[in-house]
Amino acid sequence: MAIPLSAYLILSGILFTCGVLGFLIKRNIITIFMSIELMLNGVNLSFVAFAAQWHSLSGQIFVFFVMVVAAAEAAVGLAIIIAVYRTRETLNVDQVNLLKL
Amino acid sequence: MHLILFLFFGGICVAGAVNLLVQRHPINSALSLVVVMASLAGEYLLLGAEFVAAIQVIVYAGAIMVLFIFTIMLLNAGEEVRSKGSRVAAMLGVPGVMIAGVLIAWILLRHSNTAAVSMFALPGDPRAIARLLFRDFLLPFEVTSVLILIAIMGAVVLASKPEAVARPSAAEPAQREVRELVASGRER
Amino acid sequence: MSITTFAIISIIKSAAVVFVLLTAVAYSVWLERKVSAHIQNRWGPTRVGPFGLLQPLADGVKFIFKEDLTQPYVYKTLYIASPIIAVVFAITAISVIPFGNSITIGPITTQLQITDLNIGLLVVLGITSMGVYGIALAGWSSNSKYSLLGGLRASAQMISYEVSLGLSLIPVLIFAGSFSLREIVNKQHHLHWNFFFFPFGTLAFFIYLISAYAETNRTPFDLPEAESELVAGYHTEYSAMKFAMFFMAEYSNMVTVACLSTLLFFGGWLGPVFGPPIVQSLLPVLWFCLKVFFFMFLYVWVRWTLPRFRYDQLMAFGWKVLLPAAIANLVLAALVVALKPGIWLVN
Repeated sequence: MAIPLSAYLILSGILFTCGVLGFLIKRNIITIFMSIELMLNGVNLSFVAFAAQWHSLSGQIFVFFVMVVAAAEAAVGLAIIIAVYRTRETLNVDQVNLLKL
Repeated sequence: MHLILFLFFGGICVAGAVNLLVQRHPINSALSLVVVMASLAGEYLLLGAEFVAAIQVIVYAGAIMVLFIFTIMLLNAGEEVRSKGSRVAAMLGVPGVMIAGVLIAWILLRHSNTAAVSMFALPGDPRAIARLLFRDFLLPFEVTSVLILIAIMGAVVLASKPEAVARPSAAEPAQREVRELVASGRER
Repeated sequence: MSITTFAIISIIKSAAVVFVLLTAVAYSVWLERKVSAHIQNRWGPTRVGPFGLLQPLADGVKFIFKEDLTQPYVYKTLYIASPIIAVVFAITAISVIPFGNSITIGPITTQLQITDLNIGLLVVLGITSMGVYGIALAGWSSNSKYSLLGGLRASAQMISYEVSLGLSLIPVLIFAGSFSLREIVNKQHHLHWNFFFFPFGTLAFFIYLISAYAETNRTPFDLPEAESELVAGYHTEYSAMKFAMFFMAEYSNMVTVACLSTLLFFGGWLGPVFGPPIVQSLLPVLWFCLKVFFFMFLYVWVRWTLPRFRYDQLMAFGWKVLLPAAIANLVLAALVVALKPGIWLVN
């Protein structure tokens, strides 16, 4: 038996909203960053689900691009976090409120 | 069978995502994110996208999340503190996101007469993917390689110590004095 | 083949493979002690059984009966979970490794492999890349400075060398045109071993071997557990069975690496085959085991030959020497295969 496409899309929607929620309520920079990764994962799932519905591979290619972007983002973002921690000695976003490092 | 496996992996996925929100310590959040990614790889396998599933585990769970955990360990990040900002965000954010989530679910359920997706529906053959990636999507592929290059340079510049930038050091005058002394000593 | 036969055969194969793997792990510890003793002009274990052959058994009994300390300052859940994570991923990695051709017993013909996937190599890479968590979390959850330093070193080292490891395997994939380990081996028939594809296959093999040594935390890259500076690194706070689990994880990772080197570069189970059918199906397994044994021996040999790197040397070597070499090798191999496919592809 097969399950409808909307089941996959709802799962991806749940993951995406969890990511948004984490982005809003978390105060630790690293956790906020992880919430962004969660959102990207939710989007990836919907890409693959649509690709499966259309029996097309292009959707999977987009997943690879999203992964590349996520990897680049993780590298730069974590470097920024280390730089911020070095000058501010805190990871709380509420205390990182000046327009300079 | 498909439904059982879908619900199994989906359940783990949602549980991990919720756990990410609930946990206060970043390392616990990171581990629940690893669980989410691994179970998403299971979902991809169900859809037949085996290559994507393998890459998901290698790149996301095996590299990106290790980098996160490495940073958490390096900075020795402690428990998150609740602050005024977090209370405001929770008060406004939770209902707002709930509404958004319900809207998405409602719209999707309204259109739930979508075609059914069968198990292993995708032709996930790596050869076909490679053909597509290196022929039809060659330009985007090259652009992402430039993106990666820029990201590497950015990460190196940002994470290098500020002292590494060439700058006259505090010991400069003393060193000059010593050099002059040595030089005058030689002359004598 | 009905689903019940399939399930029964799979269970038997899994049980047999895990049993053989754990025995191999135990006896590679014996091999290591014996070889290192002879390199240093000592005798090594001799008391328990002939040539100390029962020593692994005695070690196991000792590990079980030791006191299992859990320090009061550790983060308990992760502290208990991390050795389990390490050992589970280390043992799971063996599941797609083929040991030989197929074997026929009565009416049933089955492959000497738990399962053959067409993304087999990627599965091994994925599972071993998950194994980092065991070590990193052990270092963090022990809540002690030596463990934390060991965990940090391990995770940084593994991420760095994983890149060159992955890149060094791509020339092999180009030669074989498949991710399936069985197919990669079948492409190397008649001594067309990837190692002999000079210079690309040879260079790829050495890059793979060096980065695999770094991935398994073995000398000269055993910085995460460098006893002269970090006591015992990430497993400083572990004792008894939990320590034994890290030990088992390390040695079964070594076995996996030895199997992969054999399969990818040295023709796997291929070798001279003769005799009656049953011998014909078991002889390849013997060749495979001999090649794997050679690589296990190489591990010990290297350990007692090379001194340990310094940490900055390790990182500089990984990023400034190994990675450029792997990329150059990959690009040149791809160019040659693209320009002169007839010379390099066997079939």
